[in-house]
Amino acid sequence: MAPGSRVSGARTSRTIESGRIALVACGALAQSSAEIAERRGWPLDVHPLPPLLHNQPQKIAGEVRALAESLLPAYGKVVVGYADCGTYGALDQVCADLGLGRLPGLHCYDVFGGASRLQTFFEEQPGTYVFTDFLVRSFARTVERELGLDRWPELREDYFGSYTRVVWLAQEPDDELRALAEAAAERLGLPLTVVPTGTTGLEHALADLVG
Amino acid sequence: MTPEEILQGLYDETLVGNAPRVLELTNEGLVLNMEPQTLLFDALIPSLEEVGARFERGDFFVPEMLIAGRAMSGAMEVLRPLLAETGVQTIGKFLMGTVKGDVHDIGKNLVNIMLEGAGFEVIDLGVQVAPEKFVAAIEEHQPDIVGFSAFLTTTMPMFKANMNALEKAGIRNSVIVMVGGAPVTQEYADAVGADGYAADASQTVKRAKSLLQERRAKVPA
Repeated sequence: MAPGSRVSGARTSRTIESGRIALVACGALAQSSAEIAERRGWPLDVHPLPPLLHNQPQKIAGEVRALAESLLPAYGKVVVGYADCGTYGALDQVCADLGLGRLPGLHCYDVFGGASRLQTFFEEQPGTYVFTDFLVRSFARTVERELGLDRWPELREDYFGSYTRVVWLAQEPDDELRALAEAAAERLGLPLTVVPTGTTGLEHALADLVG
Repeated sequence: MTPEEILQGLYDETLVGNAPRVLELTNEGLVLNMEPQTLLFDALIPSLEEVGARFERGDFFVPEMLIAGRAMSGAMEVLRPLLAETGVQTIGKFLMGTVKGDVHDIGKNLVNIMLEGAGFEVIDLGVQVAPEKFVAAIEEHQPDIVGFSAFLTTTMPMFKANMNALEKAGIRNSVIVMVGGAPVTQEYADAVGADGYAADASQTVKRAKSLLQERRAKVPA
């Protein structure tokens, strides 16, 4: 089979030829990762986990471990498409146990925007809430519904009362996405700052893992 | 409505976070000459305890906790001054704040809800609370317990800065110090010299009560 990326819905397969790499990825990064791999011609299969795991980050390490262990017998190499992502070291323990590499940084924000730039944002305004393209597109589901704001809009102040701005790390901004980002920030009652990042940060991080 | 129906209604409506109805029932109960402490201890607090239990079991999530807490807070706005008039003692005074540089307060607010539901008087200093502000508030309010909350690994070190400020002000031994937040562990709490740590809101209430009992047992009657 020729190199090239694919996104797998299957948990595991023992029929995959050697030489391919499995990426156990956060669902929020899966599509971008697959597109980058396809463009670069990497023999990468993306195995996404549900992005809503981010609302229960204590479960991420266990889910990554289970999926990675199921993939290891079939692949020459398995890598992890998560940063620390609120696991506070638990994911690093999984990676150490299984000999896996992961994306750098505390969150995917660091991957897209660069850790030092994100640190600057938070130093400037600790009340900075961060959007990615994925969050903008899925705002109604991943933010409003998950936080109960669709049922209890009065909770907005409880969740976001201490925030002062939204910074959108815009990977592929277009007019439609920009309108969605503006609407989402407005629903949070926060001003929006757009920071174009592209996907170069993710591409470099994946290249380090794949290489 | 009978007093029993009022109590059952308060319990049920707090559980589902129906703030307007909880407020109505509270006022109806008072019109019926029900004691404020009866409304609190026989309906509101048991309901919030059930909310906490459901949260621990994974049946309730953060939104359900918050909305129930808002319902109870509405009732408490009415009951608090009446309870003060009748001389009802709280089980302890808890001063709470998110540390300097950190604006995350959902976890802290959940803890506040559970503490108040358990009978604590809670004084919330909000977010981004500097060490000197904690010191000033401790001197002003004389709490039994002070809680430091942090959500970020980058702001957790403020626990130690706060402890140093308390030491420098000579008030470290006059107050129990608890720490908490998503990245915090018992080991980290021990390392900064805190008296207590808990992993979630319900556990915080239990730990706060036990720390208070231990402290009071050491004080001669």
